[in-house]
Amino acid sequence: MGALLIRDLRLAMRAGGGFGLGLAFFLLVAVLVPLGVGPEGDVLGRIAPGILWVGALLACLLSLDRIFALDFEDGSLDLLATSPIPLEGVVAVKALAHWIVTGLPLTLVAPGLGVLLNLPVAGYGWLVLSLLLGTPALSVIGAFGASLVVGVKRGGLLLSLLVLPLYVPTLIFGAEVVKRGAAGQAAEVPLLLLAGITLGAAALLPFAAAAAIRINLR
Amino acid sequence: MSIWEYANPKKFMQTSAWLLPWVTGLAVACLVAGLIWGFFFTPDDFRQGSTVKIIYLHVPSAMMAINAWVMMLVTSLIWLIRRHHVSALASKAAAPVGLTFTVIALLTGAFWGQPMWGTWWAWDPRLTSFLILTLFYLGYIALWQAIEDPDTAADLTAVLCLVGSVFALLSRYAVLFWNQGLHQGASLSLDKEENVADVFWFPLLVCIAGFVLLFVALVLMRTRTEIRARRLQALLARERLA
Repeated sequence: MGALLIRDLRLAMRAGGGFGLGLAFFLLVAVLVPLGVGPEGDVLGRIAPGILWVGALLACLLSLDRIFALDFEDGSLDLLATSPIPLEGVVAVKALAHWIVTGLPLTLVAPGLGVLLNLPVAGYGWLVLSLLLGTPALSVIGAFGASLVVGVKRGGLLLSLLVLPLYVPTLIFGAEVVKRGAAGQAAEVPLLLLAGITLGAAALLPFAAAAAIRINLR
Repeated sequence: MSIWEYANPKKFMQTSAWLLPWVTGLAVACLVAGLIWGFFFTPDDFRQGSTVKIIYLHVPSAMMAINAWVMMLVTSLIWLIRRHHVSALASKAAAPVGLTFTVIALLTGAFWGQPMWGTWWAWDPRLTSFLILTLFYLGYIALWQAIEDPDTAADLTAVLCLVGSVFALLSRYAVLFWNQGLHQGASLSLDKEENVADVFWFPLLVCIAGFVLLFVALVLMRTRTEIRARRLQALLARERLA
């Protein structure tokens, strides 16, 4: 499993695209939104938590179809499915690799983009914390969506239609944490609910995703 | 006599052919009676005026929008566990019907909301969760259409339906957390003292019965179509081989 993780990370780094693109997209969202809504600081500060979360979510979505599609095309997914590691474990490792190359960098650059969007000072800690706890859920849910459309050619649009509704609870609780944190209110409750979603998704969805992959490889 | 007999497509086709005219007739009768009674023979509401009458379309379609998804969940489970094709096809047949009911509920709600709340749309928890339900229906239908092999499509959509149900419920309670409501609370609960006044309640019951029957009729009809389409494909495949 460790070897699989390292292989996936190497592929993501060397193949280009996925790794940097998500970050660039996230940056673009943070630049385009002020251009669209105007430069007033208080307006931007109020919508910053939502924009940052939606931006992170869309940036995550960009690279989802790469989780399984490339391996499916060149046949390595068949090898992984017949390998001694359970397929559920493969899914979990691949979701983890996806998180390390997208979710984690997004979390790290988010405070910088918060400055661009005039996020109130009290919100930075909560922003990083909520993304750190919430983005793994995005990767796991996304891996499930990717496993459903792995056999579909050009499934990118379909993938977003399937995955975005599943992202709703994560987005609501994640943005709520930052919103409350930035307003100086107690943000523990949505943070705990967010962590609950991440843990629940990480515990259960690999099984559903592995089932979907087995169906697709049949 | 067990319900599993109808896993046999032949048996299902026989029984549903006999059942369908009755269900359709009853649905039409209930809808005509309930809607005419509701629209023309009930008084206007003290505050809402005649807009109250949209209840006869809004409430039953909203109920059936949710029940259709529950039915899809049950049929998907039956397909995954017992591999009865009729069950998977019924699930496929119910989705567009459920989507239509969801859209009807949203539209009638908007028509009522415009004069009453002064807005077509508000980000109220109930409205929002219905919008999310629409997205779930769309994704489900799109997945059915995207996959060519029918058994793979049935399997994958069933998995999506199971996972989607969990997330739809999560979203339902997440939006409650996210915003306070504008929509009135439940007014048809069986366990409450005070519900909708009887003048509105009885025609509403007839309309609800009509919508349930309409849903059953449409699902039976569409399932029969799906079974016939499947048979046609089998015939064509056999012809190619011969």
